[in-house]
Amino acid sequence: MHLIHELLISGLIVLGAIFALVGSYGMLKFPNLMTRLHAPTKATTLGVGGALVASMVYFLTLEGHVSIHEVLISLFLFLTAPITAHFIAKAYMHKHLKPKQLPKTQSGWSTYSASPAEQSHKHSQSSTSHQ
Amino acid sequence: MASTTPKRSWRQRHFPHPLLSLTLFVVWMLLQNSLSLAHAVLALFLSWGIPLLTHSLWPERPKIRHYGKAMAYVLLVMWDIVVANIQVAAIILFRRNNSLQSCWLEIPLSVRSPEAITAFAGTITMTPGTVSCDLSADGRSLLVHCLDVSDQAEAIAGMKARYEARLQEIFHD
Repeated sequence: MHLIHELLISGLIVLGAIFALVGSYGMLKFPNLMTRLHAPTKATTLGVGGALVASMVYFLTLEGHVSIHEVLISLFLFLTAPITAHFIAKAYMHKHLKPKQLPKTQSGWSTYSASPAEQSHKHSQSSTSHQ
Repeated sequence: MASTTPKRSWRQRHFPHPLLSLTLFVVWMLLQNSLSLAHAVLALFLSWGIPLLTHSLWPERPKIRHYGKAMAYVLLVMWDIVVANIQVAAIILFRRNNSLQSCWLEIPLSVRSPEAITAFAGTITMTPGTVSCDLSADGRSLLVHCLDVSDQAEAIAGMKARYEARLQEIFHD
């Protein structure tokens, strides 16, 4: 039984490591920042996930108690990865892109333009200051 | 703001976010990995204090309609994350850079509540070949960068049908 568990755990760790490696290679290989952003947000989630599941299986089978920390780690990871990616993308848009290079939207993207409510507020302020 | 809100009940003043309190309690207990009374008391204190302190940042409660559907959604997204990992890994390993059709997409949003939009944007980032990058200034569409898409209209329709329609059922909009 021990051997099967150990094989399962090592299998999970190796699988996770492969995904982490592929994700890192993707960061080297892709041509620009926006495509590079796809590698760490996805390919590495399974990398960390593999290690975490392996850890849970280890504690459950070889140590004999349930460990729930891993669930929390993956929860925090899933909550924070999209936010990090979002901010990196926004910083990139500010430094390297013009609104013209992006698809059009009615009121502009929030990285470049204020919300319609704020715009009308500013407008009304400037018109009152003129009078 | 405060002057316009009607008088709040005892529960609303002391437990403005019951769901957040419950989550904080459970997460704190899980972090400790033990069920001792001391940790439970501390967890109770935190789950009472943090919602009170952060209440002004988050005046309204998310309106969740179907908790069962929310759970099903979480499982669906977890499955999609596994698929996404394999797809992106395959693209990294087997595709040449110059054959990638990466592009920007504008996804018009049907959901309006901030919680639903956040969940949708987060889901898009975690799932195959898409990263959500920005919200339009009026909050009605989402800017998404795609790693490899041949049919843009189909990609937009696919994301809206798979995730947004479900979120719309989960949250009151």
